[in-house]
Amino acid sequence: MKKNLVTAVWFTLVTTVIFGLIYPLVITGVSQLLFPGRASGQLIERNGKLVGSRIIGQNFTGLGYFHSRPSAAGAGYDSTSSGGSFLGPTNKTLIDRVNGDVQKLRTENPSQPAPIDLVTSSGSGLDPDISPAAAEFQAPRVAQERHMNPGEVGRLVQKHTRGRQFGFLGEPRVNVLELNLDLDTVHPLR
Amino acid sequence: MRWTEYAIAMLLSSGVSMTLLYLLERTQKWLPFNPQKFGNVDPGLAFGTAASFTTNTNWQVYSGESTMSYLMQMAGLAYHNFVSAAAGIVLAIVVIRGIARRETEKLGNFWVDMTRCLLWVLLPFCLVGALVLVSQGVVQNLKPYTTVDLIQPYTTQVTGAHGKIATQTVTQQVIAQGPVASQEVIKEFGTNGGGFFNANSAHPFENPTPFSNFFELALILAIPSGLTYTLGRMTGSQRHGWAVWGAMAFLFLAAVCTTYWAEAKGNPLLAGADQRVSALQAGGNMEGKEVRFGIANSVLYATVTTDASCGAVNSEHDSFTPLGGMVPLINIMLGEIVFGGVGAGLYGMFVFIVLAVFIAGLMVGRTPEYLGKKIESYEVKMAMLAVLILTFTILAFAAVSVVKPYGLAGISNPGPHGLSQILYAYVSSTGNNGSAFGGLNGNTMWYNATTAAAQLFGRFLMQIPILAIAGSLARKKIVPESAGTFPVAGALFSGLLVSTVLIVGALTFFPALSLGPILEHLLMQAGKVF
Repeated sequence: MKKNLVTAVWFTLVTTVIFGLIYPLVITGVSQLLFPGRASGQLIERNGKLVGSRIIGQNFTGLGYFHSRPSAAGAGYDSTSSGGSFLGPTNKTLIDRVNGDVQKLRTENPSQPAPIDLVTSSGSGLDPDISPAAAEFQAPRVAQERHMNPGEVGRLVQKHTRGRQFGFLGEPRVNVLELNLDLDTVHPLR
Repeated sequence: MRWTEYAIAMLLSSGVSMTLLYLLERTQKWLPFNPQKFGNVDPGLAFGTAASFTTNTNWQVYSGESTMSYLMQMAGLAYHNFVSAAAGIVLAIVVIRGIARRETEKLGNFWVDMTRCLLWVLLPFCLVGALVLVSQGVVQNLKPYTTVDLIQPYTTQVTGAHGKIATQTVTQQVIAQGPVASQEVIKEFGTNGGGFFNANSAHPFENPTPFSNFFELALILAIPSGLTYTLGRMTGSQRHGWAVWGAMAFLFLAAVCTTYWAEAKGNPLLAGADQRVSALQAGGNMEGKEVRFGIANSVLYATVTTDASCGAVNSEHDSFTPLGGMVPLINIMLGEIVFGGVGAGLYGMFVFIVLAVFIAGLMVGRTPEYLGKKIESYEVKMAMLAVLILTFTILAFAAVSVVKPYGLAGISNPGPHGLSQILYAYVSSTGNNGSAFGGLNGNTMWYNATTAAAQLFGRFLMQIPILAIAGSLARKKIVPESAGTFPVAGALFSGLLVSTVLIVGALTFFPALSLGPILEHLLMQAGKVF
């Protein structure tokens, strides 16, 4: 018993140093060497300022921008408080929220009806993507607000649509932040 | 070591490392690698978290990104992902040795087994796997959180003190960082499941692409699935290993199909939105799911993580449709034996194998034998003890929670869903899974104390009877196979094993399920909201 207790203490200390310190620090060093951008969060810089991470969603409210999905992370897309709404499928709060958003989208957009991902919050609250259906749904509104040719907006959406990975994994998606940044470059809001 | 000494060494190892984790949590303020200057963790939460990570449960009632320093994540939490996984694996190996060895008290040395498992199984895979994850975009750094300027600032309404609603302009986003990949890989490979971030594997920094998702799924199932092969190999009956694997695979596929069916149909109460599946969208019930994963990959992850006692999530099980959410619940209720946790899945299934062999023996009227070892009353008693401890822990704590105000206070979704939330909490804790119907407010004295107790019972009170069976089997002589021996290979045995698992699970939990998810499903179809 006593012998095993002493072994337990030594075992814990030695393995903590190996697996708790050396291992993660080695991985950090090698990652920073091999994939410096990816290991640091794929930050996007515009005009000398950091404007976001390519894979962390942001909130957009202006009618001239493509909107992200509703977010339950903090006050919305708060990356220090990630998480979903945790509302159950029969919770009145959820049903009222979704129906309210469907109504709001109906008044803002000429197209019908709203795709489901645009009125539901993601599990992380930081979803960087919307479905191609949700982008198509919003394109006429964005074109109108920016006085752009709908075909031009459609081409930008196409450009930022990613298909399934290797052709079969996951779902097709559109990165909202990258699309909006590109819109601002091609045809700034006036 | 005899089985008793092995058990003592295992308990001492867990006890010492759990104490160290608790102390680290209570002192993180004064320790290095804390760029966000997080304070010390409160005692209740620190104890709950220490119990949860030591038992390979990783039930979390805190947000990692706003509570734990980088040192805690690396040397506290990720470290426990390694040792708790290794402790599970070596126990499964001891059980197999018990079956394979004859007329001996010796089952191996705990410290030797642990060291081999950590250095030669877990570490090499994690070194490579972590880099694969970084290549997909999982972050790995020690920087303070990054602040970025939004291209379109916006105003939002926040509810301040005294319920006053104030308007606030948001111009910046703070992007949480950290040494994520090194923890992510062992979180999956060791079926631990404790997320670096609150959103766990739904977070784009933990699981950025469909390929990282697929890779994580493969990591989760690798060891539990592979151990059935080890079982066959070490006992000299490879066909028996495959029969056990077949039973697991059958239960797994049944669960994936059911959940997919429920989730892809969508929520009839949200008929105002377009939930159809098309080339342009995944459709279905998207609340709590990520666009890049859609329905199929969310459902697959939910099944894998609950079958394998992992508990990592890439979608919010709380927001699944009633039947879609019931399947993960059932997966854990069956005892985490559909592949199950690393090691824990195999020794959990071993209990059901003993029962299945015993029942088959009763049916044909012979003393049951298992791979040449007689299964006698001692083994069956210990197996039943393990089953009863799990079910009693779940049902007793859940029953108290649904009648006492301090239990009911945790519910966030009213109606039958509230019962499902409480049930899931204790099923997940006892089964050492760690996923949750996340709306439940588990960070209260009652839930911290009882879920921690459930985790410790579910882990150690289950392991001890199982070690006792292993010790008893190792002492026995080998009985040569005869015409009357019930074969433990082939489809017949797989079928018998599946039936045993389902009968035990259904008899125990059907009443609770009918009042929770099944009732909610019927009410949802009738258009009722709560």
